[in-house]
Amino acid sequence: MSGLTIVDATLRDGSHAKRHRISVEETIAVVGALDRAGVPVIEVSHGDGLGGSSFTYGFSATDEYELIAAAVRTAQRARIAVLLLPGVGTKDDLVRARDLGAQVVRVATHCTEADISPSHLALARELGFTAAGFLMMAHMSTPEALAGQAAIMADAGAQVVYVTDSAGALIPEQVHARVSALREALPDDVAVGFHGHQNLSLGIGNSLAAAAAGATWIDGCTCGLGAGAGNAPTELLTAAFDKAGVPTGVDPIAMMDVAEDVVRPMLDRPQVIDRASLVLGYAGVYSSFLLHAERAAERFGVSAADVLMEAGRRKAVGGQEDLLIDIAAELATA
Amino acid sequence: MSARVPCAILGSGNIGTDLMYKLMRSPWLEPAAMVGIDPASDGLRRAAAEGLAVSAEGADWIVEHPEHCQFVFEATSAKAHAANAPRFAEAGLQSIDLTPAKLGPGVVPVVNLDSHWSAPDVNMITCGGQATIPMVAAVASVCDVAYAEIVATISSLSAGPGTRQSIDEFTRTTARGLEEIGGAERGKAIIILNPADPPIMMRDTVFCAIPDDADRDAIVAAVTAMRDRVAEYVPGYRLRTDPVFDEGRVALFVEVEGAADYLPAYAGNLDIMTAAAVKVGEVLAEKRAASRTVLA
Repeated sequence: MSGLTIVDATLRDGSHAKRHRISVEETIAVVGALDRAGVPVIEVSHGDGLGGSSFTYGFSATDEYELIAAAVRTAQRARIAVLLLPGVGTKDDLVRARDLGAQVVRVATHCTEADISPSHLALARELGFTAAGFLMMAHMSTPEALAGQAAIMADAGAQVVYVTDSAGALIPEQVHARVSALREALPDDVAVGFHGHQNLSLGIGNSLAAAAAGATWIDGCTCGLGAGAGNAPTELLTAAFDKAGVPTGVDPIAMMDVAEDVVRPMLDRPQVIDRASLVLGYAGVYSSFLLHAERAAERFGVSAADVLMEAGRRKAVGGQEDLLIDIAAELATA
Repeated sequence: MSARVPCAILGSGNIGTDLMYKLMRSPWLEPAAMVGIDPASDGLRRAAAEGLAVSAEGADWIVEHPEHCQFVFEATSAKAHAANAPRFAEAGLQSIDLTPAKLGPGVVPVVNLDSHWSAPDVNMITCGGQATIPMVAAVASVCDVAYAEIVATISSLSAGPGTRQSIDEFTRTTARGLEEIGGAERGKAIIILNPADPPIMMRDTVFCAIPDDADRDAIVAAVTAMRDRVAEYVPGYRLRTDPVFDEGRVALFVEVEGAADYLPAYAGNLDIMTAAAVKVGEVLAEKRAASRTVLA
């Protein structure tokens, strides 16, 4: 089996769990340690991508561009990636990230809405980025439909297209089917990626299933620091792939140290699967809704799990954090 | 009342077709032609059935037939309008631009139309802008709004190819409208497409940063009055819950149910654009007729 490209998104997905309060010092420490451990791509952005700092998603304590600049300065070998959700950030953000030295961009859309991404992917290529398409909430689509959407992104210039399990709602068989469908539909020079969450405790298992089906870009977050119950922990991914005999170029022992010594002290709270985060995976709800649902539930004196179940029932998609206040207010008067 | 002003609709997609049905009811405006680029489009077929002149030759046809096109409602894409606008201006035609190209002044009927009725190109901003700028303007009439942020969530089915290709223009143009017309010092706009089936109603959340000592009762009163004024031309415009005040901000939750002229009622994003555009066209026609009368 050929090697994998591990992408560590602690400084992007972890932004959700840290309420968008990651500092320059933390960025330098994490990037430096991941870089030394051999992680080839490190993502740095607001949790909801470039331009995500807002009432809706939470304001960044430190401007994400300062964090990106610090990451670029720190990385010796690793390339710095950014995330862009068309509709939240714009092409101007891509230009700015490129000027600061970011080299990889992931353009994310809901899994049925790839056709809002072509102009962003095309510009990313023009600017010299390695461009990846990120099909979020992939559990809400069939493998065939997802492959069709992936083809739109590949045609627009994406060199990697991800099956993104934003809700941590997929099980290994479903991941295998989706990755296989993309692998079959996309040209050989377009890689398939997988981004897993832990809401059903399947982040690692799903990543192994993805790799077995031909995915070669795999996302993790160190200590799982990320939305919901967290992401597939990078230190576990590296260890598991090492045991599976799949080369990642990342040193598993060094990754254990990064997790224990650098990232674990950053955690505001343990990344565990409690009732609310299990509901995310079970009801198929966007992982970063977790803290927003907890806040709205507290504000209106209702249960966060109920708010999330209702968001799942309404088939909310990524980015609809504003809906949670509305749901909580409605539940309070019901 | 003088004769109705002949209007052409450029763009035979979701917005153009919905607009046609609304123009057919206008006492001031007459939909005379629908012009697209796809001869097989549903919009052109419906326009022909309603007795409008139809063409698939795009902007060329418009400049060749000024008699049908005193007002041109452009419902294509930002890029297309940027290319077409100079040609329409040269031909002496009035553009009412429903794309987020924002070449001319942006107008929201209940907020600033009086200032711009003589501009040769007026821009309807975006559906999200039409739904939210009145709310920001209402809050700004009571207190300083240092920052306004809106999230427009629309059903995937109601977002056609033009909208999808213009997503950056949507966020930029809406944000500028929150500032220039809504009165916020700084604006930000977010758009989300939701593919749920049955489709969701258009929702818009409006956050305004307000001073701690802002008069909350006055804000509620201003917002409620504004809702009623918008509902005069968009009957499905409503607030889902009472304004939610938190430290330093107020959140307003708007829902727009469409009149189901073309797409079903969930597509309130079409209605708020097309209904506002018709309102703007009517006011322009009326004011110009009045000014001609005065001059004569």
